[in-house]
Amino acid sequence: MSDVQGPLPTGVQQLEPEDAPATKTRRRRGGDPAPKVKLGPGRWFREIGWRHVVGVLAVLWALFPVSYLVSASLNPLGSVVTSTMIPRTFSFSNYSELINTQPFFTWARNSLVVCVSVVVIQLLFSALAAYAFSRMRFTGRRGGLLALLLIQMFPQFLALVALYLMFTRIGEAIPVIGLDSLPGYILMLCGGSLGQVWLIKGFFDTIPMSLDEAAMIDGASHVQVFFRIILPLVRPILAVCGLLVFVGVIAEFLMASIFLRDSSKKTLATGLYGLIDADRSNNLGVFAAGAIMTAIPVVLLFLYLQKFIVGGITAGGVKG
Amino acid sequence: MVDTQAPRSRRFTQPGRDGVLALLVKIVFLGIVVGTAIAITPALVSDGSWFFLVCVWLIVAVLVATYATGRALPGKYLVPGTLLLALFVVLPIGITIKTSFTNYGDGTRNSKDDTIAQIVGSSVTRSDSSPQYELTVATEGDPVKGPFTYFLVPQDDPEKVFTGTADGLEATDPGAVTLANGRVSAADGYTVLNIKQISAAADTLDEIAVPTDDGNFIVRSGTSEAFEGAPTLKYDESADTITDTTNDTVYSIKQVGDRELFVDSAGKRLSDQSWTANVGFRNYQKIFTDSRISSDFLRIFVWTVIFATVSVVSTFLLGLFFAMTLNDPRVRGQKIYRALLILPYAIPGFISLLLWSSFYNQDFGLINDLTGLNVNWLGSATMAKIAVLLTNLWMGFPYMFLVATGALQAIPEDLTEAARLDGAGGFAGFRRITFPLLLVTVAPLLVATFAFNFNNFGAIYLLTGGGPFSPDNPTAGGTDILISYTYRLAFGAGGVQIGFAAAVSTVLFVITGVVAALQFRATRSLEDVN
Repeated sequence: MSDVQGPLPTGVQQLEPEDAPATKTRRRRGGDPAPKVKLGPGRWFREIGWRHVVGVLAVLWALFPVSYLVSASLNPLGSVVTSTMIPRTFSFSNYSELINTQPFFTWARNSLVVCVSVVVIQLLFSALAAYAFSRMRFTGRRGGLLALLLIQMFPQFLALVALYLMFTRIGEAIPVIGLDSLPGYILMLCGGSLGQVWLIKGFFDTIPMSLDEAAMIDGASHVQVFFRIILPLVRPILAVCGLLVFVGVIAEFLMASIFLRDSSKKTLATGLYGLIDADRSNNLGVFAAGAIMTAIPVVLLFLYLQKFIVGGITAGGVKG
Repeated sequence: MVDTQAPRSRRFTQPGRDGVLALLVKIVFLGIVVGTAIAITPALVSDGSWFFLVCVWLIVAVLVATYATGRALPGKYLVPGTLLLALFVVLPIGITIKTSFTNYGDGTRNSKDDTIAQIVGSSVTRSDSSPQYELTVATEGDPVKGPFTYFLVPQDDPEKVFTGTADGLEATDPGAVTLANGRVSAADGYTVLNIKQISAAADTLDEIAVPTDDGNFIVRSGTSEAFEGAPTLKYDESADTITDTTNDTVYSIKQVGDRELFVDSAGKRLSDQSWTANVGFRNYQKIFTDSRISSDFLRIFVWTVIFATVSVVSTFLLGLFFAMTLNDPRVRGQKIYRALLILPYAIPGFISLLLWSSFYNQDFGLINDLTGLNVNWLGSATMAKIAVLLTNLWMGFPYMFLVATGALQAIPEDLTEAARLDGAGGFAGFRRITFPLLLVTVAPLLVATFAFNFNNFGAIYLLTGGGPFSPDNPTAGGTDILISYTYRLAFGAGGVQIGFAAAVSTVLFVITGVVAALQFRATRSLEDVN
């Protein structure tokens, strides 16, 4: 569901990874400063230098809130009044306060449980479905693919009220997966478990069928072809899809705030929100500390997978 | 295309290839599924959740039919995700549409019969001849939520034990319960509530009136006693009225707003309790014809469209500008620029939104601090709207930057080269050649982003909470978009109107569907799904 994935192309565009190598060679070719002409300083600025000026301004624009967040987390007074963009004092008191007075690690554990479960289920089920759509021909195939696109345009939380009523009723019969339970929340988020079908199918399509056929001749079953041959070949796109789902789920706030009311069931999103909602101006430092600890792993993952992400998103856009 | 592939897929289904391990996995998996279904069936039956019972066994049937047979190979791959999609996306949409035709909400949650029983039961009065019971409150479920059962021992006949619920009174075999001091102290399958738990559940217990065969009700008095009494209110089924026997006032059903209430001839209400009723298209009529709501709705709709449009256009233009600037291969450090520029996208959205909401603090916020202004950002509707758009620009531009970078790199250099030779260099070349090509590529993504922002609840809720609100209108704020408005209707503090919220959601479904249709048209690639 798009609420879980953020404003990414929710598999709307078919990936054409054949384009990726082409892009790469082109970039490499373009990267060669073929005519090694030394530009004069004036011309250099007119043609390239101003780009750095814009680039630096862009980076400043992108980073000033981040810098404020870091600064606020290190500011021992930790209120809106005393926070500035450039850190003036350094102290980890906000971090120790967060860890000692708030159930931060409970939130983190809950978020991790939810994220990992949803990522695993969504990747597995999306890949399974993508395999069927890519490799098999059956009636309703085209219709199914288009229906998936259409349904994914509806954010799941538009049916929030119905989901709430549904899980209230389910919880009366089976409390383990009712409201205020992590499994129930996970189950509800798994409604979007076909969210990555289009993206993954695009990559499956690029793997030659002859590979499957060779394996089948060697006696492999279709299950073996899927798990042993196809899946390992698309690991990068699985990693990217996994990351995007992970980021979407960790930031999921609305459903969590309705579904998980008990403080021991809160996720990072609802927990940190509760912190700043309780006292918007004075809890800023502690919130910032929690935000930094939440964001660092995600940002590192993003940077690590950056190359694939650019490829994934733009390959999605390439097909006109 | 479709036909040429058919024989191959048939070959996939040759039996006996999966091996012993696969068979074992299959058996264990199906065993777990069927076992779970059997295990939860009693709970569902006792709860009367017939709908869910049917759902559970339907799921079992689908799974068994798919995995226990060798046929329908694609099904084996499609069923898991499709089942979840059907259960937690499609079904809720259906329920939403169904709910939109009712007045479900605060004060109308129960059925009509239950409501009448409650109203009548609450009028039970005690007389000198009222039979007294020793009361024990127990539950088969949760001590907080119930459902609750009364164990009743008549004070004048302590050998007998009755169980009472809102459904009626039944004699119980005294051998099945443990009696102590003339009262039930334990019963098989039940949890007996202690005094503390009883007072915690007092509100729910006050609504329980156990009907007896002679038209009386047993209600509790305190934590350990109950009495039987005659209600002063009598429900007349044929006339559909309630009569107060103490003064012969007749209360008949009258439509008040979206609900039916019992009122007397002078218009005085017997009770504020109403019940769930079908209201047809009344909720939809209210959206479009109730002048107060339709003006709110229209205003919010317009702002939703503006919000989504401006968000898309502003992020795209800024992202494109940065991409154009930094895409020149002679610029060094492209990777570093790119890594830093995607940071706003990598930080989980709720953090950015909460952070930015503190930036707009009038006295100490960063924005006023940096710009030297003294603007009450979140206090005026116009400034709050600008604040929302500014924040969304910051959060959204990295995505567009990535998209535009990729799209620019995919445009063949020969084209721009040829244009330059023809004299269309610089801006003309960009406007005539690059931009149109780029637009073809990214148009579907722009529509998708529009659809996302159209329902971007988080951006509004975490930043402004929909506010600022004018004092005379607490339900529709200055920056509310349709989805945040709906949320407040359904879950807001003042009077939960679930039926009405469902109707607004349904309208949103339709609008989103139209956007989806536009996207289908924008994405020509869909025509050759292969």
